[in-house]
Amino acid sequence: MQRNLLEYLENSAKEFPDKTAFSDGKKGLTFEELLDLSKAAGCSLLEEGFAKEPIAVLMDKSPAMAAAFLAVLYSGGCYVPLDREMSANRIKLILETLKPRAMIVGEKTTAGFARTLKYDGEIYSFEELSFGDGDDEILDEARERALDTDPAYIVYTSGSTGIPKGVAASHRNVIDYIEALGEVLQADGGTIFGNQSPLYLDACLKDFYTTLKFAAETVFIPKTLFSFPVKLIGFLNEHKINTVCWVVSVFTYISGVGALESVQPKFLRTAAFGSEVFPAKQLRLWREALPDTRFINLYGPTECTGMSCFYEVDREFDDDEAVPIGKAFPNTAVTLLDDDGQLIEDADVPGEIYISGAGVTYGYYGDFERTEQAFVQNPLNSAYREIVYKTGDLARYNEYGELVYISRRDQQIKHMGYRIELAEIEAAAAGLDGAALVCCVFDSVRSLITLYYTGTIEEPKLKKQLKELLPGYMLPSAVERLDEFPSLSSGKIDRKTLTDKAIERNV
Amino acid sequence: MDKLLVILRNLDAEADFENCVTLIDGGILDSFDIISIIAAIDEEFGITVPAEEIIPENFNSAKALYEMIQRLDEE
Repeated sequence: MQRNLLEYLENSAKEFPDKTAFSDGKKGLTFEELLDLSKAAGCSLLEEGFAKEPIAVLMDKSPAMAAAFLAVLYSGGCYVPLDREMSANRIKLILETLKPRAMIVGEKTTAGFARTLKYDGEIYSFEELSFGDGDDEILDEARERALDTDPAYIVYTSGSTGIPKGVAASHRNVIDYIEALGEVLQADGGTIFGNQSPLYLDACLKDFYTTLKFAAETVFIPKTLFSFPVKLIGFLNEHKINTVCWVVSVFTYISGVGALESVQPKFLRTAAFGSEVFPAKQLRLWREALPDTRFINLYGPTECTGMSCFYEVDREFDDDEAVPIGKAFPNTAVTLLDDDGQLIEDADVPGEIYISGAGVTYGYYGDFERTEQAFVQNPLNSAYREIVYKTGDLARYNEYGELVYISRRDQQIKHMGYRIELAEIEAAAAGLDGAALVCCVFDSVRSLITLYYTGTIEEPKLKKQLKELLPGYMLPSAVERLDEFPSLSSGKIDRKTLTDKAIERNV
Repeated sequence: MDKLLVILRNLDAEADFENCVTLIDGGILDSFDIISIIAAIDEEFGITVPAEEIIPENFNSAKALYEMIQRLDEE
């Protein structure tokens, strides 16, 4: 039985040493090169005295960053992926909360940036760690101590208190996920992924570990290409990319500007999408342009490793009809419960999604309180301890018995595929000098964030200061100062009125 | 041109849009910005930018953007 994620790499490197595993379209690493670099760097970490602990990896997306993740796994530790595009402030917050003893950087890329973070742990460049060969004896010893329940990574997601939450997942969680995902995607050795997801999100597990398991290939698509649809499709064709797992906004941008009319990704056989609802009208454009491609809607929270539900598009949808999220992945159970914890089985009754199975992660690293609020005893089980994840997502069954996503229970939103707590934006804005009351609202139809505030700080100044605190995707598209906030009889801010005001503004 | 500069300054109040010729190559405009610009051109000028025109060369400077708008307007 497989116990460690590294077995994927080791098996593929043995069978297909010279096949490319990861590339950026120009330079790549074969499975053997990836193995050698990871082992060498993993061994260095062990020799430096790091084992079974979180190690931060702050690099630019590249095949070397993939090797750095695997190096941390060779040390028996869990990697904490960080990226400059998360903003310096957010990275600092994560480092201060987590306090990893070491960080791996790219010598020529992120090393200078890392020194500006006032981080007091050890900083190693991947180049120095991976120099030379790994000592098999040291690595074997580390493997003997390893358990499949050891955490493999910690990824950070938006937190409503203003401090990001680190979700810790084990080797077992990821193996369970990748086994199921491989079936859903019908991946094999001929699969060539075109990667879009940042490597600091769980979304990248799909491309990353499926590539290692099947000795497939992942091409990291240069980020700027996602602004230029015709060029992007040209890149897909040039690299014979046949499988993509992208956020919905990338697909709708391409079809929305009419790019599919002049050029099609001709090798694409599997297109998986998630994070947001795919508008039926845009999906139709894609299916018309690519009638032989499988389109798969994926749904799942970071807290349950990756994706938990899937639906392969097999029929036409009306413009106002929602594409279902379908049914649970193999070896995962998804149940709908009402507010009293009773099971919902009938169609069209809304309930909250609860997820159980081997994909349910450990929860939030170093934060038992918030973990216990969301990772709870299965309300339907009074016989033994069974932890399920309470998603906060509302859904219903349709007439076909497929799950259909309805909305969030709280102020969490999905914007350009990123999961954001509006409260995190509010917390950042409220901390600025001269800001009094703040309220952030979301126009879900136009996918626009608006921030309202009271106080003495000028709008452009507030905008500028927010830019230093938050990653680009969290910045409000509009900021407006009000003399006073509308309030409810309870004295609370009237979010509904402010949301309507923002929607009116956006029309 | 003024109308275009207002659109651009709305995205980034500090960038030097009059003179910068590496808005894309220099990473000043990201994909969120490009989408906003295309939407704003549609709204303010009534011009739909076709997919073939959404290339880095047309977005690298305010001048290039303006020339594209004029070209599309004449068609």
